[in-house]
Amino acid sequence: MGVAAPNGVGLDNFEYAIRVGKSGIRFQEKLKELKFSCQIAGAPEIPEEMLSGYFTPLQLRGLNSSGIVYGVIAGLDAWKDAGLTREEKESADWDSGIIFGTGLSGADKFREAINLIDEGKTRRLGSTSVLQTMASGISAYLSGMLGSGNQVTTNSSACSTGTEAILMAYDRIKSGKAKRILAGSCGDSGPYIWGGFDAMRILPHKYNDNPTEASRPMSASASGFVPGSGAGALVLEDMESAEARGATIYAEVLGGHINSGGQVGDGTMTAPNSEAVKRCIKKALEEADVQPQEIDGINGHLTATTMDSTEIQNWSDALGRKGEGFPLINSLKGMTGHCLSAAGSIECVATVLQLKKDFFFGNVNSADLHPDIEKVVSREKIPVETQEVILKTIAKASFGFGDVNAVVVFRKI
Amino acid sequence: MDTKEIVNSLKKIVSPYVQNEPAFKNFDMNTDFLKDLEINSANLVDIVLDVEDEFNITIDNDSMDNMLTVQDAVSIIKEKRAEA
Repeated sequence: MGVAAPNGVGLDNFEYAIRVGKSGIRFQEKLKELKFSCQIAGAPEIPEEMLSGYFTPLQLRGLNSSGIVYGVIAGLDAWKDAGLTREEKESADWDSGIIFGTGLSGADKFREAINLIDEGKTRRLGSTSVLQTMASGISAYLSGMLGSGNQVTTNSSACSTGTEAILMAYDRIKSGKAKRILAGSCGDSGPYIWGGFDAMRILPHKYNDNPTEASRPMSASASGFVPGSGAGALVLEDMESAEARGATIYAEVLGGHINSGGQVGDGTMTAPNSEAVKRCIKKALEEADVQPQEIDGINGHLTATTMDSTEIQNWSDALGRKGEGFPLINSLKGMTGHCLSAAGSIECVATVLQLKKDFFFGNVNSADLHPDIEKVVSREKIPVETQEVILKTIAKASFGFGDVNAVVVFRKI
Repeated sequence: MDTKEIVNSLKKIVSPYVQNEPAFKNFDMNTDFLKDLEINSANLVDIVLDVEDEFNITIDNDSMDNMLTVQDAVSIIKEKRAEA
């Protein structure tokens, strides 16, 4: 696995961060200059000198797509962590593919291009404008670096993108069409990504002086999600092939489900259809061949909006569990904000780390639980401190604009 | 600016795009950008932009299509500088 999260870049830094509840949400001077209401955000901190370990000097020339930077760091780290190499080979690696999603690629690069085009200087764009702004830029960069010869594509389903990528990879491997797939997602940082959300007035605006307390999943005082960015990556591999290679196996993907609420019922472009969410959870369990009682933990979508209560109710209804019988549940977003298209993959990395390292990270800024949530789930099932606990099965959900859902079930090996 | 100076500037400009380093050591008038230096053809437009900035000239599409070797580039640069 690999990760470039606002609160930690690299697996070790990230594990430490989520164990201690370190926040990656910081004041952003640029957003203040641009008169954003919400002037805080989560972005991975990548020192300039780190880039040469991932990109050639030529690739770095004119590179102005933060999402591609995060995605390449997470992707190459995951590949290496899986014990795989990226040596020069005679032919492409036909057994290995890439499904690496994003919401939008290279907003800053696109702005550069738009400015030049509007000045009548289209010829000054150079050769990298297309590569950095095409949605599939990230999978194209990674495949060139790894020599992948199986399916190489970029999926996009708003905030469920990362979890969807993992399930798409799972399906392809399960159907025998690939041995392994680098699955993940990334998302740009910056005002051109976050501005639209600021305009929708769904971001908190009262925490500009107090950024680390702004993202409050499941809290009575939640006032919107903090925008984030980054990338997460997981190498999914056929069990036989991974065992034969002697690879580090973090967990097993038991199965999952992807669906859409069709924006009917209570579903809209921006709000989930609860019937679809419940169906997605139930189907995921079915496909994973897991009983509701077997779910030890949930890593929710839980963005710190009023929809958190609805999500909790949906989990409770779908699993038929409530109060003290509800599984442990946490949300990473208290520390990272909502990393949008990168959220699902970063949170899957966090979920899987918990299974491998036997802990359940504490919820940050969730001490003042929302009363509607406390009616459904016992306080102790939403821990604010990290617990050292052996969990066998964790379900992870991501929901996105457009009324799309993805739920994946991981099991400890 | 004499030929030698132009060649030296060109050598500096193309260096980040070169994929065949041994061939780059023998960089001379006959060097072919794509065949010898194995430069990705997509990068030729970046080289042209760098050349334009360095020599304060504009290289049109036809000239770019004819810029296959160092000799070609030197001729085009001299011609454009004379026009300017």
